[in-house]
Amino acid sequence: MGEGEASRRVLITGISGQLAGLLARSLEQDDRVTYLVGLDNREPRHDLERTEFVRLDITNPRLARIIAATDVDTVVHLSTLSTPRQAGGRARMKEHNVIGAMQLFGALQKAPQVRKLVVKSTTAVYGSEHDAPALLRETDRPSSPLTDGFALDASEVEGYLAAFHRRRPDITTTVLRFANFLGGHLDSVMSSYFTLPAVPTVLGYDPRLQFCHEEDAVEVLRRSVLEDHAGTFNVAGEGVLYLSQCIRLAGRVPAHVPMPLARAVSAAVRRSRRLDFTPEQLRFLQYGRASDITALQRDFGFQPRYTSRQTFEDFVGRRRISGLIDRAEVARWERELYDFISRKGQERFVATRRGM
Amino acid sequence: MDATEHPDRPGVRATGGTEGGSVTGRPLGVGSQGVLRGRGLFSPEVATGARVVPIRQGPAPGPALPAVHRERCTNEVGGRPCRNYAVLDGLCRLCLPPEDRALLVSAIDDVVDDEPRGGIELLEALRDAVGDEALDLLRDVAGFLRRRVTGDYEVDEFGFDPDFTDHVVLPLLRPLHRRYWRVLSVGSEHVPMRGGGLIVANHAGTIPVDALMTRLDLYEQTGRHTRELAADLVFRSPFLGHLGRKTGATLASGEDADRLLAAGELVAVWPEGFKGVGKKYKDRYRLQRFGRGGFVATALRSGTPIIPTAIVGSEEIYPLIFDLKPLARVLGLPYFPITAQMLALPLLGPAALLPLPSRWIIEYGEPIETASYGSDAADDPMVVFDLADQVRETIQQMLYRNLMGRRSVFL
Repeated sequence: MGEGEASRRVLITGISGQLAGLLARSLEQDDRVTYLVGLDNREPRHDLERTEFVRLDITNPRLARIIAATDVDTVVHLSTLSTPRQAGGRARMKEHNVIGAMQLFGALQKAPQVRKLVVKSTTAVYGSEHDAPALLRETDRPSSPLTDGFALDASEVEGYLAAFHRRRPDITTTVLRFANFLGGHLDSVMSSYFTLPAVPTVLGYDPRLQFCHEEDAVEVLRRSVLEDHAGTFNVAGEGVLYLSQCIRLAGRVPAHVPMPLARAVSAAVRRSRRLDFTPEQLRFLQYGRASDITALQRDFGFQPRYTSRQTFEDFVGRRRISGLIDRAEVARWERELYDFISRKGQERFVATRRGM
Repeated sequence: MDATEHPDRPGVRATGGTEGGSVTGRPLGVGSQGVLRGRGLFSPEVATGARVVPIRQGPAPGPALPAVHRERCTNEVGGRPCRNYAVLDGLCRLCLPPEDRALLVSAIDDVVDDEPRGGIELLEALRDAVGDEALDLLRDVAGFLRRRVTGDYEVDEFGFDPDFTDHVVLPLLRPLHRRYWRVLSVGSEHVPMRGGGLIVANHAGTIPVDALMTRLDLYEQTGRHTRELAADLVFRSPFLGHLGRKTGATLASGEDADRLLAAGELVAVWPEGFKGVGKKYKDRYRLQRFGRGGFVATALRSGTPIIPTAIVGSEEIYPLIFDLKPLARVLGLPYFPITAQMLALPLLGPAALLPLPSRWIIEYGEPIETASYGSDAADDPMVVFDLADQVRETIQQMLYRNLMGRRSVFL
């Protein structure tokens, strides 16, 4: 690319988000990034040293002037919201996600100095289908229309991005479809889901889940900014976990809800304000999804440091989720039974007797 | 608590205060709390007519206890040798005369000193009575439960859970395979011991238990787990969907099959699909259309051999005499079976829903090589249809041969 590897001027949208904050901090450490600017309508939550903050809603048409004024060559679009509550309602969320992205792409089209665009998307764009392949590739499409708002937004944004790419083929566009985030910092639907006192599941369904560790997510974003990787990539930890397995790993108790009641229960959970889980996401709890990350491994030459299981265990450990069932305790019971069977208990007992 | 001589019976140590034998405070050895409190089964107070004899030298308890290959009891119980562990004079604890039992206990008493070891003695007796195998089993079960409770098991990306399959599903299927349908397995030497292979078999029986039996049979014969390709209806249904995935099945799609074969897995497919399972009894052992031959294209792409497999016996488990099509349509099922035994429902009740115990033969035929065609042949419909016909013809011939060879349906 004309701009060279030496210097990058980076603009990050949605800088107040957790992932954006982590990415900005990581880019601040890099000398190749000469200038960093963050956009959002809220203050960033992270301690940022040299990132300039511009308070601006992404739907604001002044966006184009800011892109021109800051003379950035790389844009990282992270302001897509995943839950209605963050935006204050589904309508606002849709406006923010879709109109915001259109606004951004429109502004970029008239910015000749921009060389690269990195967009955060989600594996939710594949939907949750019982007849989906075991591992979804980037080329796969959902077989039935999407219902989940976030997935719908993300897939619309990807559509606009494809149109944008046709008009500005000189801009390297990278779409990163992330699996569900988990980690010590990021708050997601999944992270609050697993901290519920009893984890509601749909009776008779045990979906396969895949997680993406926040550190891996930041690393992939960082590489997309500093290196050139055109195309769409799934980003997730290797392997899958069953929901039932996750609940046991976290030492939680599942609450199996029959399908006819599932909608009511999910609405009740939502009203309790502990979890912003929309009923449209029920399909995810029925069929789950898992994606193929070989394109990421091949093109980025990057192996996610955490597998899905390690991501989940790291999340459980960092959030100090203490379950009703303690793994160490269960392991101790089993060891005691082994001792009991293999006479060690008796020997130990005899030894203590003798010692007295 | 000091050790004192028993007030009535000198030589027997009375312990722990009262005659009731309350154990206070101290643990009875690890793992025994709460369960094995109090006097043991064979403690002097319990064993009636305990006579105190000078101590003969029994096996001394202590750190030097031999854990394996202990002497077995030589006594005969009911015409068969009692194979319990011998504890004294080549006899086990249960075969010893009562007075010797008491003696044994007091011998242990003497070595170990004071405190009742009821729990330990009970454990000893239990262990001697049940033998090693049962204890190994108990250990296995405990390990399995621990892994299940804590989520400490691995599943592959298709959702196959070997731990669950080996410990729950296959043990449940084994009695059906061995005793109920008495499956005779022929030609398992044709199944590759390593690397990819595509098992192609006929489908029958109203409910697809033939897939489960083939899977178990292959596991028994080769020790390999077979990955079945199943219809999307399976994955749409509650319970069935995740159970299928956990036992290694995945969606019958080219993508998944390619991935499995590329990984060198043994894949099984029933190309007739619902047309095969849901066909009427009068059409038994008549192979239905083999779809579009997608399985051949899959084998060609990966160059893996196709192993034609004929299953005889599955047609007779639920003889389907009528298909209630309107009801099936309402329920969204491919067919709604009325089987022969369902006519006996008023007579037998739910027992009429059991499958009939036909005798099964599963034959694996000679592998059909596909590597020589090259992977481009997968896009050549002529090659695909020719191979599909060849496989179909082979299975049909194997079916007829085995049908001619069997003496009766049930014997």
